Amino acid sequence: MPIVEVKNLTKIFGNVVAVKDVSFTIEERDFLILLGPSGCGKTTILRMIAGLEIPTSGEITLRDRLVFSSKKGVFIPAREREVGLVFQSYALWPHMTVFENVGFGLQVKKMKSPQIKKKVEQVLEFLRLEEMAGRYPQEMSGGQQQRVALARMLVCEPGIFLMDEPLSNLDAKLRLEMRAEIKNLHYQTGATTIYVTHDQVEGLTMANRISVLNRGEIEQMGEPKHVYKMPSTLFVADFIGSPTINKIKGVVGKPLSPEGGKAGNVEVLCGHFSLLTSYTTLPEGKEVILAIRPENITRVSAPGRNALAAQVHTILPAGPETILQVTAAEMTLNILMTQETEVQVGDQIYVRFPPEHILIFDADSQELLPVG
Amino acid sequence: MLEAHVGGGRFTLSRIRNYLRQPHIIISLVLLLVLVFIVIIPFIKMVADSVIWQYADRRLSRAARPGSLTLFHWKRIFASNLTQNVLLRPLFNSLSTSLGISAFAMLIGSLLAWVVVRTDLPGRRVVAALAVIPYVIPSYIHALAWLNLFKNDRIGGAAGIFQYVFGVSPPNWVSYGYFPIIFTLAIHYFPYTYLLVSASLKNIDSRLEESGEILGASRSYILKRITFPLVLPALLSSFILTFSRALGIFGTPYFLGSPVRVFTLTTQIYSNITNRITSSGYILAFVLILISSVIIFFNQRIIGKRKSFVTIAGKGFRTSTTSLGKAKYAILVLVVILLIISVLMPFVLILWQTFALYPDNYSLKELTLHFWIGRSNTEFAEGEAGILRNPAILRATWNSVKLALVAAIVSGFIGIFIGYAVVKGRNTRLSNAVEQISFLPYLVPGIAFGALYLSLFTHKIGPIPALYGTFLLIALVCIAKNLPFTGRAGISSMLQIGSELEEASEVTGARWSRGFRKIVLPLTIHGALSGFILVFITVMRELSLIILLVTPETRTLTTMTFRYQEQGYTQFSSAISTLIIIIVVTGELLTRRFVKRETV
Repeated sequence: MPIVEVKNLTKIFGNVVAVKDVSFTIEERDFLILLGPSGCGKTTILRMIAGLEIPTSGEITLRDRLVFSSKKGVFIPAREREVGLVFQSYALWPHMTVFENVGFGLQVKKMKSPQIKKKVEQVLEFLRLEEMAGRYPQEMSGGQQQRVALARMLVCEPGIFLMDEPLSNLDAKLRLEMRAEIKNLHYQTGATTIYVTHDQVEGLTMANRISVLNRGEIEQMGEPKHVYKMPSTLFVADFIGSPTINKIKGVVGKPLSPEGGKAGNVEVLCGHFSLLTSYTTLPEGKEVILAIRPENITRVSAPGRNALAAQVHTILPAGPETILQVTAAEMTLNILMTQETEVQVGDQIYVRFPPEHILIFDADSQELLPVG
Repeated sequence: MLEAHVGGGRFTLSRIRNYLRQPHIIISLVLLLVLVFIVIIPFIKMVADSVIWQYADRRLSRAARPGSLTLFHWKRIFASNLTQNVLLRPLFNSLSTSLGISAFAMLIGSLLAWVVVRTDLPGRRVVAALAVIPYVIPSYIHALAWLNLFKNDRIGGAAGIFQYVFGVSPPNWVSYGYFPIIFTLAIHYFPYTYLLVSASLKNIDSRLEESGEILGASRSYILKRITFPLVLPALLSSFILTFSRALGIFGTPYFLGSPVRVFTLTTQIYSNITNRITSSGYILAFVLILISSVIIFFNQRIIGKRKSFVTIAGKGFRTSTTSLGKAKYAILVLVVILLIISVLMPFVLILWQTFALYPDNYSLKELTLHFWIGRSNTEFAEGEAGILRNPAILRATWNSVKLALVAAIVSGFIGIFIGYAVVKGRNTRLSNAVEQISFLPYLVPGIAFGALYLSLFTHKIGPIPALYGTFLLIALVCIAKNLPFTGRAGISSMLQIGSELEEASEVTGARWSRGFRKIVLPLTIHGALSGFILVFITVMRELSLIILLVTPETRTLTTMTFRYQEQGYTQFSSAISTLIIIIVVTGELLTRRFVKRETV
């Protein structure tokens, strides 16, 4: 049974279409990340699910309960949707202590104060905040405030967690810790979670499903690993992965002579050089864009098939891995090396593009062409 | 845009319902209704009244048919042999005195601001604290003090201290008319320029000036090419706003101008209305509103936009100070003289007058406390008792305090709601309407606003009874007139808290009312407090706004002062003025203690 079901959701502000005909469903215990650049409509989708924004049209069903439908004229306000929401700014009430912040939702539910005390203390302990109960939000560090915001959501035991860029105000180290904390939280509570972020690393590390948004529309939705390996559009390929994927313009050439009865692999002509691919059925003369992840380009010792001479112009060592920026045939390429490399700026090296890692996109529609 | 069309066309009913489900929409609609009633309708009624024959008009013209339409009054004001005396001369007097006042006030205020903010003048903090006082006390206090000092016996009535001490009667131009009006009001208004310019000076990052210095510019060149252009918007703005405020001033030109027949638009409105030529008064009020609106509009549109570049620098900068060197003490003496004239002298003169047994006898041997605590004695002031024993004055004190409290609390709360409606509905047509209408009373000078209310509430309209003569009417006019300030305060404190804090409460399942009470109100009330005290002080010293509306039952301290001064009981008017000064200065000091002053 789907926990969250969104159908043809559209939101128009004035004459700007913020969200355009978005549909998806997520199941029990799913951790969905809505990923996209700022202004892509991801926060608006989250706010519409929470009930803080009224959609222009579409339908939202939460745990089999229709909470919004433009056709049927249904709108259930946020306070009756029983969802939890963590804001980007945390939105902790500055005039209340941590205890009061966390206990507010229980007071609203008219719970008795000894019970409130017990529950709040439980949650604070769970998030290692028991010492902080009497403090005011502004007397705490960013990470602690973040945990208070989580505690405030958890204490009401909502069936659905909504999180709006909860980690974007934290420094890099804290972000890493909190990422683990939230993932652990999801594991322990099993609550269905929708999490909005523009940070693709969060998307890849935390979710079991990601949905990449662009200009109010879903470009691709699926398992993070799959989305990373087989991005369905050039936008997704570009947005996900760091360093950015390498792109090479080209024209489909003739298939090479078949081997052992199979159809021959296609060669793509890219100006001064050509690359062999694992594709077999592309029409000759089609304009395409090849894409290859930086970690899939390998360094070889001599020129050969699919290998080019390249000049190193920047070296960015980052602990266990090194990013090289090289120039080959007037293109700048990012290469991620995991082994120790002893290169200097200005060195000439040879880089190889393994055919099985080359993705081919239609230059017009920007969509991934099916391997075949 | 296809979706928009489909969504908008077919499901209109549910969309309207969803729209109305948002609490801020309902609040906006209610506010809009209230604002239309207390701001727009009085204006329409006033214009309508000016083209309708009134009963009292039968004295003016035989053609008067009460209740029917006429352009008689408009012709009388704009195109008759009276135009010169009723409109043009007062208009000229208003404009020329206001020009003198704002120029003079700008000069004093900006120099003082520079000296206090950017130099090493000794005692700058004390000067800064005292410099605001002249603006806090009612403007006509300076006029009364002036009269106590320079009144002559040529106009009639008792002579002042100057004549008592030197035995020479001061010439009329010293006692009355242009010179004292401009002088006393400039003394009253310079703190306004001082506040605006010093705020602007404090906001200039000294690195901007230091960059100039590094490039080899001299001190005076930097002052001319960098500092001055940066404060210019504040300077112009203070000039224009002082001008528009001076235009609307009633008390001072009444006390200092009327005796020598120097009438301004405000005193002309007053005398027309009290002589029951109300329609003419309304037309003059209309002229005053028009001029004042144009001026303020000009300020908002042209200077308001450029004001912003002064504060671009943001936080974390420092300001450098200029060393005055040997001139230090000479400048200090000048500043002290300014403070004596503007702060100490008025108070001393007013107080001295209250101890004089006869209004023109200032002998230190004949001082008396009669006018403070004396029992009724038919030899003095027709047997009125000293103000601390006088039930009429105690009632007026109570009226004043009650009025100020009610106006402050009610307009403060409406201000919070305005802030809520405006910030929540940011950039929608509805919220813009609420914001703009709540700002309108700012454009209307006090006496003209009083005239608006007079025209609307003297008769019963529909279910609303004639409110003239009631406390409610006076409270209403004070509430409406102060909405621009409380609304601004409400908007800025609401902007600071952001909408997510309220949404967070909604998501936990709290109803709107609970979120508003527990989250929004506690967080905004502190910011609204400064607006609250400001309104309290403003209403405490209000004269021109309510002078047309008070009746003996609803008299306040300020209007009592006015009556006693008019009747020549200067000891009483001075004693009551002393009370007012004490109350407003205490209020001001309390404000400073509780809230950091931001802008005035």
